[in-house]
Amino acid sequence: MKRYIVKRLGMIVILLLGLTFIVFSSLYFAPGDPAEIAAGVSATAEEVEQMRVYLGLDQPFFVQYGNYLAGLLHGDLGTSLITRQPILDELLVRLPNTLNLAVASMILACLVGIPLGIVAAIKKDTWIDNLLTTVSLFGISIPNFWLGSILIIVFCVQLKIFPTGGMSEPFWTAKGFMQVFLPSLSLGLQVAASFMRIGRSSMLDVLQSDYIRTARSKGLKERIVILIHALKNAMIPILTQMGTSFGGLLGGAMVTEQVFAINGIGSYLINAINQRNYYAVQSTVLVIAFMFVIVNLIVDLLYCVIDPRIRYD
Amino acid sequence: MKRENQIQIAFRKLVKNKLATCCFILILIELIFILFAPLFTEYDPTTMDTSIRLSPGFWNSAKCIPGHWLGTDELGRDLWSRILYGGRISLSAGIIFGTFFGMLAGYYKKLDNIIMRIMDILFTFPGILLALLIVAMLGVNVVNATIAISIWSIPSFARMIRGRVLQIKEEEYITAIRSLGASDGWILTKHVLKNALPTIIVIATMRMANSILSIATLSYLGLGVPQPTPEWGGMISSAKQYMYDAPYLIIIPGIAIILTVICFNILGDKLRDILDPSLKD
Repeated sequence: MKRYIVKRLGMIVILLLGLTFIVFSSLYFAPGDPAEIAAGVSATAEEVEQMRVYLGLDQPFFVQYGNYLAGLLHGDLGTSLITRQPILDELLVRLPNTLNLAVASMILACLVGIPLGIVAAIKKDTWIDNLLTTVSLFGISIPNFWLGSILIIVFCVQLKIFPTGGMSEPFWTAKGFMQVFLPSLSLGLQVAASFMRIGRSSMLDVLQSDYIRTARSKGLKERIVILIHALKNAMIPILTQMGTSFGGLLGGAMVTEQVFAINGIGSYLINAINQRNYYAVQSTVLVIAFMFVIVNLIVDLLYCVIDPRIRYD
Repeated sequence: MKRENQIQIAFRKLVKNKLATCCFILILIELIFILFAPLFTEYDPTTMDTSIRLSPGFWNSAKCIPGHWLGTDELGRDLWSRILYGGRISLSAGIIFGTFFGMLAGYYKKLDNIIMRIMDILFTFPGILLALLIVAMLGVNVVNATIAISIWSIPSFARMIRGRVLQIKEEEYITAIRSLGASDGWILTKHVLKNALPTIIVIATMRMANSILSIATLSYLGLGVPQPTPEWGGMISSAKQYMYDAPYLIIIPGIAIILTVICFNILGDKLRDILDPSLKD
């Protein structure tokens, strides 16, 4: 197990190196001049040149990339071209909001998606199954920004139950719950639908296996067969889906943050793209991808906890 | 007796499934409406008329202006014609690159490792992030948004096609053709591609739903199709500030997106069951 973790961490280092290279070079070769943006609209050609030297943009590509990597290793994500503040600080202020939204959506998706998937599998080919399958199909087909807007129209404008936007407290407080409920519903529904689909098919697979037949023939209650025996094995594909979905949630959070006016790293990224704030785009993309890689590593390791037969050595 | 090819057999099976046929017909009707939009609306989607701005459609017969049965938007443009023309862009996201890379990776062992590792790196961009990065790099316009969505589709496309090509490559008839002296290019284009076609069609249909959602999302974020070109996601975005007075400006384009995406999702599911059930895993 230890060997596997070390090997995976080694792979992650290579993956992240590749990632930094892609992100750095894609913005390096992008049309537009960071020196011009940093110097401001009214800057003279000379001032732009000075800024270019100051930012190190006159250096060759690999020297710039090397400097960038060295900065990253020291926890320096660069300085924003617009505000001149360290990007790390700007991200750290916004990260809690994004994580708050993503985690709340994940919890909601698990609470709704997994049980409904299991119910659909148990009630296979009945009207309940058909209804749930149709609902899940709608779930994966509704764009989250549209759902968010509709939720605002219904629950904030017409019924006035929830606040229309903003986020100031974590989801486990009463105020935080009210703030995060609609955004996490609009973001988590698609993921819940995917859990429902995966949960249904993996549960159906498990329910057909020999050991379930044995458990039933021993006279165990159906509830015990499903909750104790079948669920654990059916969880593995769901867990994989959770890992991938977390990335989807981080990506989707960018959109949901725009809809509900949440000051998270998603809105920060969109603003950075619109302002052509290259360094901020680079660093935000890198931070989001890094979180995604780490979550997937955790998911891989969790397999062993859920199914002790999985040994990576 | 006339021999049927795989696609004809698949089509025959597809027609037997009522739901899939329904979706197929709906998509066809939608395509006809969108491609021949000028026949179905007399209004230009970008012509403004502020004297009739935000006028409701058929559901409010007292205020509905004749001719504008779905109402008009914040600049007095006809919503029906914007929905029709907006579909052109929403439906045209491309899907060719993934097939190409997937085939190369599956067929050439040496390339396999390199290509699949690059795909692994691309896979580390969650959700729409890669598309955002590409738009940030290339700039905001229709072509770049389509390129971004296409490149974003490459990793999953490549992975699935590769799996199928690896299977086909091991078939005996491929060995037989190779022993007869056929070149790699010939085998790839004439035999591997032809046999991987059902898989490609299934993945393309399923990705189509995804591409429509993605391009709408990019436009919603203001990074896809710039105004005033109509696009469903962009239309919802610009209607945001009127959600109190004119919620239909958000609801109607949303229904257009959902209807199209659901049809492609159902069709993709059914095609997969018919053409390549192995993809279910």
